[in-house]
Amino acid sequence: MMSDLNHIIKKIRENLRIDVDEALFLYREADFLTLADLANQRRFHHHPEKSVTYVVDRNINYTNICVSGCRFCAFFEPPGKGKGYVISRQTLHDKIRETLSLGGTQILLQGGMNPDLTIEYYTDMLKDIKANFDIHIHGFSPPEIDYIAKKSSLSVSETITILKNSGLSSIPGGGAEILCDEIRQQASPKKCLSSEWLEVMRQAHLQGMRSSATMMFGHLEDDIHIFQHMDKIRALQDETSGFTAFIPWTFQPGNTKIDVKKKTGAEYLRVLAMSRIFLDNIDNIQASWVTQGDKIAQTALFFGANDMGSTMIEENVVASAGVDFMLPREELVRLIKTAGFEPRQRDCYYHLL
Amino acid sequence: MQISFVDERLEDIYSKVLKNSRLSKEDGIRLYETGDLIGLGRIANHVRSSLHGNKAFYIYNEHLNYTNICKNRCRFCAYAKDRGEEGAYVFSMEEIEKRLMMHISEPIKELHVVGGLNEDLRFDYFIDLLKTIKRIRPHTTIKAFTCVEIDYLSNLAGLSLEETIKRLKDAGLEMMPGGGAEVLNSRIHEALFPKKIGHEKWLEIVKAVHKAGIKTNATLLYGHIETIDERVDHLISLREVQDETGGFSAFIPLAFHSENTGLSHLPPTTAVDDLKNVAVSRLMLDNFEHIKAYWVMIGESLAQVALSFGADDLDGTIMEERITHTAGAKSAKGLTRDKMKDLILAAGFEPVERDSFYNPVN
Repeated sequence: MMSDLNHIIKKIRENLRIDVDEALFLYREADFLTLADLANQRRFHHHPEKSVTYVVDRNINYTNICVSGCRFCAFFEPPGKGKGYVISRQTLHDKIRETLSLGGTQILLQGGMNPDLTIEYYTDMLKDIKANFDIHIHGFSPPEIDYIAKKSSLSVSETITILKNSGLSSIPGGGAEILCDEIRQQASPKKCLSSEWLEVMRQAHLQGMRSSATMMFGHLEDDIHIFQHMDKIRALQDETSGFTAFIPWTFQPGNTKIDVKKKTGAEYLRVLAMSRIFLDNIDNIQASWVTQGDKIAQTALFFGANDMGSTMIEENVVASAGVDFMLPREELVRLIKTAGFEPRQRDCYYHLL
Repeated sequence: MQISFVDERLEDIYSKVLKNSRLSKEDGIRLYETGDLIGLGRIANHVRSSLHGNKAFYIYNEHLNYTNICKNRCRFCAYAKDRGEEGAYVFSMEEIEKRLMMHISEPIKELHVVGGLNEDLRFDYFIDLLKTIKRIRPHTTIKAFTCVEIDYLSNLAGLSLEETIKRLKDAGLEMMPGGGAEVLNSRIHEALFPKKIGHEKWLEIVKAVHKAGIKTNATLLYGHIETIDERVDHLISLREVQDETGGFSAFIPLAFHSENTGLSHLPPTTAVDDLKNVAVSRLMLDNFEHIKAYWVMIGESLAQVALSFGADDLDGTIMEERITHTAGAKSAKGLTRDKMKDLILAAGFEPVERDSFYNPVN
């Protein structure tokens, strides 16, 4: 046992790749600070400079009406219940204008799988934003794109081309949750399968678009699924090099239909460190202050994370599960500085501004 | 265990720790200043593991703050009120009894009892307080009064320190918390709590208490105007007392909360500083058995992480914390035993419910 562990640790120290079984073994057996140390070493291998990046942006949820009905979601409204919304142009413009005035460089535009919206809704919205504002649009996670494609009888590739030509610049990694169909079938049976999620990302990357990748853990999965998920992301990255970053976060059970104990800060940090160790081909690992709060987010900078994510002028989805940590830009910058790093604002491609 | 340090300056310190050599003031300063948080944590974790293995302690306790009226009005305090001010209170014996009865069916092992220096109270009140608690909860340990209160009570009663402690002990006092020391430094005393007893007096009282056979905790209030140098001096003063008396049980770093205090312009402490205080105290206080991560002040999650940075105790359930929450604490006001156990297990440690004297409770 001990010699197995030492063998895996040695491989990581030599910057060699570990497989799913080795990752699972390491995750279960290694001491907490050994994982931190290994993750930290990998982090400085990718980023020798002592800086930590962040982006100034806002989440805009253009609709909360969704046919998916995922059991882990506290944000959606089913169609026809009268409580749902589709954002008005005026509100959309106001939110973007405010984002720009606060030094924002991008918007994260995401919404539900709303059966009343045709592809023209999306292309009109993108074109309207581009006609009025100089802002990067990071939008539509793979389940949304997959849904738009199916509804419009278009291929995923054609759908991405149309959205790209209308002004979409990059794709957020949401809706991945756990990329194992046995878990998806229980947690989100109406959402795209893991192969479909990956196919959207593959097609986007092939068309020169970049995307992030995420993982939501701590709901119905077992430990092994965490590493199967990372393995699928790593394999696609070998193929396309299109992922900019990996962002793991913990499931927030408040107001949802999955009744489990919320994962704790220590468990989050273990998985975060493992993602830095396992995903040797992804440059950036992002800390999630939205789900973990400022203290664990700062600690995450010593467990493999090199990015603090977004200042999130607005966030609704996690907040609807009863978690509302707030972190103004000055506070985010202070957290980075007091951890001994230089805070650097970045764009969606992790270029420093 | 081999540790590869990012900060090479930690290597010497680690060799000293491995040889059980005492760390110097310079070592303490170096530990506080290092950017190698994980390296620091690993040294502290080495010491923690050799003392306690994989165990992490917690206690089923309750806090009772008998009055918030206080003549000292320290600048860092959000809890104190003047007599007659809105929200000022003092619990009568009936109220004490009512509060204790609220959780009487719970197997609470310790009551943590502290309050302000209230000039309306006579010495008899404190004797009654202890006796009332003992009558209602004969099997619960009373951990009460900081050295600040002991000094005040001795003056109030017109009794010597020794006689004051003896009378309180006879009435049921079994242990004392570590508060009121703040930072053992005259500059900070002058600036933040001039009306409260200072450095020398606090040390004199704590030694007298230990000599009377009463164990106490020790604390450091950090994250306000103190320097690293002053923190290390504070730890060394405590270490010297411990060499002399052996009367300290646990050390608890206390993260300053500024809301509603005279220092409300100060930002909250950071996770890095919280973890450093745990780790550095574990390493400097080589003659202390226990280091607590006080979840009320650093949050439940970070307290859990601190178990790998030198802490071996998460304090307790508390039931209803009032003082730090008045100053803006974001943590829960109390935790269940199940929640405490879960936090410890999820961090990879073995939960041990304890009594006030670290005997396991089955």
